[in-house]
Amino acid sequence: MLNYLLRRLLYALPILLGVNLITFALFFMVNTPDDMARIHLGVKRVTPEAIERWKHEHGYDKPLFLNPEAVGTARFTDTLFVEKSLKLFAFDFGAADDGRDIAREITTRMGPSLAIALPTFFVGLLCYVSFALLLALFRGTALDTGGVILCVALMSISGLFYVIGGQYLMGKLWHWFPISGWQGGLESWKFLAMPVLVSLVAGVGDSTRFYRALFLEEMGRDYVRTARAKGISEVRVLFRHVLGNALIPILTGAVVVIPRLFLGSLIIESFFGIPGLGSYTIDAIQAQDFAVVRSMVFLGSLLYLVGLVLTDLSYTLADPRVRLE
Amino acid sequence: MMSVLPVLLWSDALLFLLLAGVLALLWGARRQDWLRTPWRLVWRTPVGRGSALVLAAFLLVGLLDSLHYRERLPDLPGQAPQYSGEVLSALDWLTTPLRLNQEKTYSAPLATHLYAKESMKHTDGREVRDFPPLKHPGSHLLGTDKVGQDVLYLSLKAIRTGLLIGTLTTLIALPFALGLGLAAGYFGGWVDDVIQYLYTTLNAIPGVLLIAAAVLVVQVQIEAHAEAFDTAAARADVRLLALCAIMGLTGWTGLARLLRGEALKLRELEFVQAAHAFGVRHAQILTRHLLPNVMHLILISVVIDFSGLVLAEAVLSYVGVGVDPATNSFGNMINGARLELAREPVVWWQLAAAFSFMFVLVLAANLFADAVRKALDPKSEKPI
Repeated sequence: MLNYLLRRLLYALPILLGVNLITFALFFMVNTPDDMARIHLGVKRVTPEAIERWKHEHGYDKPLFLNPEAVGTARFTDTLFVEKSLKLFAFDFGAADDGRDIAREITTRMGPSLAIALPTFFVGLLCYVSFALLLALFRGTALDTGGVILCVALMSISGLFYVIGGQYLMGKLWHWFPISGWQGGLESWKFLAMPVLVSLVAGVGDSTRFYRALFLEEMGRDYVRTARAKGISEVRVLFRHVLGNALIPILTGAVVVIPRLFLGSLIIESFFGIPGLGSYTIDAIQAQDFAVVRSMVFLGSLLYLVGLVLTDLSYTLADPRVRLE
Repeated sequence: MMSVLPVLLWSDALLFLLLAGVLALLWGARRQDWLRTPWRLVWRTPVGRGSALVLAAFLLVGLLDSLHYRERLPDLPGQAPQYSGEVLSALDWLTTPLRLNQEKTYSAPLATHLYAKESMKHTDGREVRDFPPLKHPGSHLLGTDKVGQDVLYLSLKAIRTGLLIGTLTTLIALPFALGLGLAAGYFGGWVDDVIQYLYTTLNAIPGVLLIAAAVLVVQVQIEAHAEAFDTAAARADVRLLALCAIMGLTGWTGLARLLRGEALKLRELEFVQAAHAFGVRHAQILTRHLLPNVMHLILISVVIDFSGLVLAEAVLSYVGVGVDPATNSFGNMINGARLELAREPVVWWQLAAAFSFMFVLVLAANLFADAVRKALDPKSEKPI
């Protein structure tokens, strides 16, 4: 087990390095720091001196990989790649373009993001799997057909429609919840309810259909026929045998996204004014703040790799035959 | 008709090339019964036929909107002929009344008066504040937008963008998914390791962020080389193509993984082993023996991806990394109108039009994908 975890850790390093190389190539080689300075200074104030000053203030006035002016190891360390890219490995994210510390922003904004993403994920998983089990139990009947048609229709609607429509109905027309905003503490549920509800409805079509197909595939297998032949009731077959065996594909899709829940949802958070990491990211993209985008890419990749390891670990819990060697 | 200057945008060329390719494939498959049967199965079901017809209608609008031209301006004496900087299409020409019947600002569907009150001179000279009558009352089936453009016209124009993103992205992703996926599964060893590393790395980066990062870079590059484009349309077109390319280059991993798994299974089968024993070259085994056996997977994933891409365009436009703000697209329509729900009375028609057009297109694509999957996939849902 320990051996396995160690190997996965070693395997994650080259992948994170690759991720950093991709973003570094995009933000420093295709787009030079000069381009970046020009965007932030605006068209009118662009003079070579102003560009140099901006680059110096933000620490971009260094060579890419090799610094011929420095001595010793500084030849390699006093470069953009080490300063801006490799330091991410130490969670040293540096400062955003507005001068604020990115690491600090991340720790304060993680809470609101999780407050929305965690209930959405777990309640959603529970609901979608239950709906799918219901449809699978009544497969071939009018309920199943109607359910599938509804799922296809729901998944053909743009996600933005759920957000805009939900906000309009529940916020403006029915006055159930405040339209947007955030407040910590006990009052926070008022601001949480609408984004969570909207996300749940937005995901129902896609997920229910996916899980239903999974269950139906399992139900065609021999062990199900054997169980039925033994006279076990259909409900028991479904919950005991089918659900148990479908756990592996369910876990494959679900566990990997759990660590990423930290990052929140771009659309939901920005529509409902939640001060989480999702709205932080979308603001950074719109303000072309590349330092924040780079940090979020690194963090997202790291959390994905954590998710992969968690998926493998969850297999050992779901299926005793799986051993991590 | 006045003389025109035909304009071939890059995306037009690619779209027609793609169409020609598909038609050539169909022509080639016409006599092969085993290729024809599944498509006949799709056509025979009411859902398959209905969705195919809806998609064909959308495609027709998109293709008409891809025949571009520039109008000739009135000749000035002693000068070479000048052409308008505005790039129009055959669809614009067909819908000329819709395009030119502009109002001042918002008006509800089939309204006779403008949405907002204005100060007007009454016939007896008094100043009154009332809703001014429209220039073209009752002619706007879906209303007009903020600058008075017909919403039906805007929705029709948005179709081309959706189709392009749905098809060109897949076209760009396909060679990578096919080549790398099959090679990884078939050769194994270090080839497999390298390709797996490549797609795990790409997969690790959150999708929206990778697209956003690449689009931001492209945006800066387009701005830096503004002089390379002679019209605004050409500039917006390059941005659209860049978006397709970026989504294609980051989106091949899913299919590649699927094909890798399939190739792993296939290479152990007798007919591949026999080909080996006869000394058939790797390239030939891959194209003659493996490719036909994964073709159904490729087709299924192409049609399934289409609807996802059309939906993704709207989200990316909201994030600010979608198509050019001047391009007609569902995402831009939604983005421009989403704050107007806060008005009193509500301006709902632009959102309704964008969402309904998108819903019909995506629903048709989803139903068609289902029909194709049922016809092509031997393992698809069978009655139990």
